[in-house]
Amino acid sequence: MRYLFRPPAAEAAGLLTLPWHQPLEEWDEDLLLEVPQRGISRHVVRFTASEGRVYALKEIAEPLARHEYALLTEFEGEGLPSVSVLGICFDRPDDQQAILVTRYLEYSMSYRYLFSGPRAEQAPEQLLDTLVQLLVRLHLAGVYWGDCSLSNTLFRPDAGTYTAYLVDAETAERHGSLSPRKRAYDVELARERVGAELMDLAAGELLPEEIDPIEVANALPGRYEALWDEVTREEVFRADEQAYRVAERVQRINELGFDVGEIELVTSAEGARLRVETRVAEPGQHRRELVRLTGLQVQENQALRLLNDLRSFRAYLEQRRGEPVPETVAAHRWLTEVYLPVVHAVPPELAGRLEPAEFFHEVLEHRWFLSERAGFDVGTWAAVRSYVQYVLPRTPREVTTPSVIAARS
Amino acid sequence: MASIEMKNIVKKYGDGFPAVNDVSLDIDEGEFMILVGPSGCGKSTLLRMIVGLEDITSGDMVIGGKRVNDKAPRERNLSMVFQNYALYPHLTVFENIAFPLRLAKVDDAEVTRRVNEAADVLELHEHLERKPANLSGGQRQRVAMGRAIVRQAEAFLFDEPLSNLDAKLRGQMRTEISRLQRRLGITTVYVTHDQTEAMTLGDRVCVLRKGKIQQVASPRELYEQPVNLFVAGFIGSPPMNFLPAQLDGSRLTTPFGHIDLDERRAAAVAGRDLLLVGIRPEYFEDASLVDEAKRPLGSVFTARVDVTEWLGDSQFAYIPYEAPDEIRSQLRELSKELDAEELRTQAIVSIDATSRIREGRDAEFWLDSRKVHVFDPTTGENLTRDAEAGAALTRMAAEDRIEQVQSEQGQGISAA
Repeated sequence: MRYLFRPPAAEAAGLLTLPWHQPLEEWDEDLLLEVPQRGISRHVVRFTASEGRVYALKEIAEPLARHEYALLTEFEGEGLPSVSVLGICFDRPDDQQAILVTRYLEYSMSYRYLFSGPRAEQAPEQLLDTLVQLLVRLHLAGVYWGDCSLSNTLFRPDAGTYTAYLVDAETAERHGSLSPRKRAYDVELARERVGAELMDLAAGELLPEEIDPIEVANALPGRYEALWDEVTREEVFRADEQAYRVAERVQRINELGFDVGEIELVTSAEGARLRVETRVAEPGQHRRELVRLTGLQVQENQALRLLNDLRSFRAYLEQRRGEPVPETVAAHRWLTEVYLPVVHAVPPELAGRLEPAEFFHEVLEHRWFLSERAGFDVGTWAAVRSYVQYVLPRTPREVTTPSVIAARS
Repeated sequence: MASIEMKNIVKKYGDGFPAVNDVSLDIDEGEFMILVGPSGCGKSTLLRMIVGLEDITSGDMVIGGKRVNDKAPRERNLSMVFQNYALYPHLTVFENIAFPLRLAKVDDAEVTRRVNEAADVLELHEHLERKPANLSGGQRQRVAMGRAIVRQAEAFLFDEPLSNLDAKLRGQMRTEISRLQRRLGITTVYVTHDQTEAMTLGDRVCVLRKGKIQQVASPRELYEQPVNLFVAGFIGSPPMNFLPAQLDGSRLTTPFGHIDLDERRAAAVAGRDLLLVGIRPEYFEDASLVDEAKRPLGSVFTARVDVTEWLGDSQFAYIPYEAPDEIRSQLRELSKELDAEELRTQAIVSIDATSRIREGRDAEFWLDSRKVHVFDPTTGENLTRDAEAGAALTRMAAEDRIEQVQSEQGQGISAA
C-alpha cells in the first residue's frame, strides 16, 4: 500500500495505524465516527477521528482519487472555498479502490439539516444564493464542477449568512477560463440535481410545505446569471461620473461577497470603460485584519462582526482613560477580557454546537434583542447568561461538530 | 432518434493545438458508434462537441439533419447517460426516473406513460413503487439509464461510463448497455479508451489518434484488416506482434524464419527493403500439435521460449527476438503512443493449452502465414490490407445488427 500526502500533515501519523487493507465497509465501528451532517454519496464514505481532528474517508478509483487530490490541493492554495485534502492511500490489496482523505469541515451543515431544521423558513433563498455564489466563484477561477449539487456542498454559518464549500471535486476540471457553454451546462446540471435533492427531501417529509422544489431549482439559473453579470460585466460611463461609478461598482461587488482584484479603466472621447477583475478567493480583508490583531481565524462576516466589537471596545477604553489607546493594546485586552471569556462561557454539555466566533456573533445579536426589549443596553454578560440558558439549548444536538464528539468519547 | 453527421470538424485550443483535426464521420440512425483511442486522441473532445459542451472551431455538426454548431446543449436534446447516477433515498424508483420530467413540468399522464415505457425496457416494473435502497448494483445503473430514456433524446452519449466501476459490475453493465441499445434502437455514441469495450459493444468503431480518424469499421474489420500499425497495435489483446523483415522477391526473412507471401501481397510490397510484419498471437501454434494437412499453409521455425503462461483453457509463450535499432525505436514509439508498457521486441504467441513447450528451451513453432500483414515501418501503412474483404466484414456486421435490433425490439414489445 502507498500513502501520498503533502506536508504539513503531521497529524496524519495517527491515521497510519488504521486498517487501510480492509474495505471501508468492513472497518470496525469503534474506529469510526457517526457524522449526521452529510449528503448523498455514490461511494462508501466513513469518518474517523485522530488526535482531536476528524477526517472523511472516501473509497474511489485511484485515477479519480489522484485527480481530486490534485485539484483540492490547488483550490486550497488559491483560497477557493473547498474542503481541505490530506492525502490518498492506494495500491491496496485485492485491487481495492483508493481512499481519499479530507479534513472534516468543522461546524459545517448539510442542506438536509438546513432545509428541514429550525432555520428552514429563511433557508431556501439564502442557501440557493450561497450555492450560486460558490458556483460563480469556481467559474471565475476556470473550474467546471460537473456535479454541482447540494449534496456536494457544505454550508457554514457566518454571522447571519452562510458560506458554501465544495466537498466533491471528482468530476471537476480546471481550465484557463470557462466558455459560456461550459458554464451554462454546469448550471443546468446544478438545476437538475438541486431539484431532485429537494424533491427527495419533500418525499421524506423533511421540507417545509411552503417550499416548492421545482420552483426553487428552476430559479437557480436566473440567479446565477444575475450574479455572474454583476461581477463580470464591463461598464461604460461618462468621464465625469467616473469617480463615484467606480466606487459604487466596487462596493456592490463587495456586498455580493467578492473582493476586487484589479480595476482597469480605459478612457476615451466617448467616456470611460470599466473592467473589474473579481477575485476568486473567499473575501479576506476582515479576516486578515482580525488575524493580524488577535490571531483569531474566523470567516469573513464573523471577522467583520468581531472587528466592530473590538473597535467599540477600544473607543470605550479611550473614553475611560481619556487618552488614545494603541490598536494592538486594545486588541489584546479585547481578546483576553471580552472574546475568550464569552466563548468559554459555553457549558461543556453544549459545546461544539456553534463555532466560537458564531457563538460570539449570536451573543451580540441576543444582546441587541434583549436591549431593544428592555429599553436600555443590558450589556454583554447578561446577554451571555441569557443566551446560554435559553437559546443555545434549543440548538439541536445533531449539529455538534464531530471533533467535539470525538473528544468526549 | 437521429443520425449524427460530422463534417471536417476541427477543435483548436487557445495555443492553436488541434485536439480534433478534420474529423468527418457519419453515424446512422440507431447505430452504436464507439470512439476509441489512447488518452489525448481527441475522443472526449469530439463527444463534447456533439453534446455542445465544447465550441467547434470549424466544420459542421449536423444532428437529425440540422446544423447544431451554435445550439446550446439544452437545445440539442441529447442524453448524457450516467451523468447523474445519484439515487435519491426518499423518492420511489418511479420518481427517481421521472424527476427530469417533473422539473420540465411535463403533465402527469405523460410522465406516467414515459416512465412505464422505460421501466418495461429496463425490467424495473416491479420495483417502481419501491425505494431504491434495496436495488442491486445493476438495477441502480438501470435507474440512471431510465432517466436518460424518459427524456426522449435524439441520441445517447456515454463518456467512459464504466471506467470507474469494479470489474464484475463493468462486465455486467457492458451487457446491459448493449442489450438496451438494441432494444431501444437509439443512436448511441460511446467513448472509451478500452479496446475490449470497443470491440464488444460497437456496431462500428472509430479509432482516433492525435485528433485524427485512423479507421472507422466494424470490430472484425479493424481486427482483420487494420489500415495501419497504430490500429493493428491498438486493437487486440494480447496485441499483434511486429517483427522486422527483409524482402527478397516474395519471401520475407524474419527473426522467426521465412514467410512466403501470396501473389497479391507480394505485389503490394514489391520494391521495398526493410518491412514490419504483423502477426497476431493466435496465428502461431506449437508445431508438434499442427495437423499434417495444415502444416504446408504456414512455416515452421525454432526459437527459445523465455516464459510460458498456462491459463487452463489457453496458453501463451513469450519469445524474445532481435531487431535493428531503427525498428526498435519505431516500436518503442508505438508502445508509448498506445499507452502500452511493454517494449515490443518480444513476441507473445498463443499455443494450445495441452502444449508441453517449456521455458528456457528451444521449441518448434508453426506460423500461419496466410493472415499476416506487412507494414511500411516509416509511414506505418498496412501495405497488404484487403479493403474489399474488410468492407465485406463491416457489411456483415451491419446485417447482424438489423437482425438483432428486430429480434430485441420484438421481445421488448411482447414483454410489455
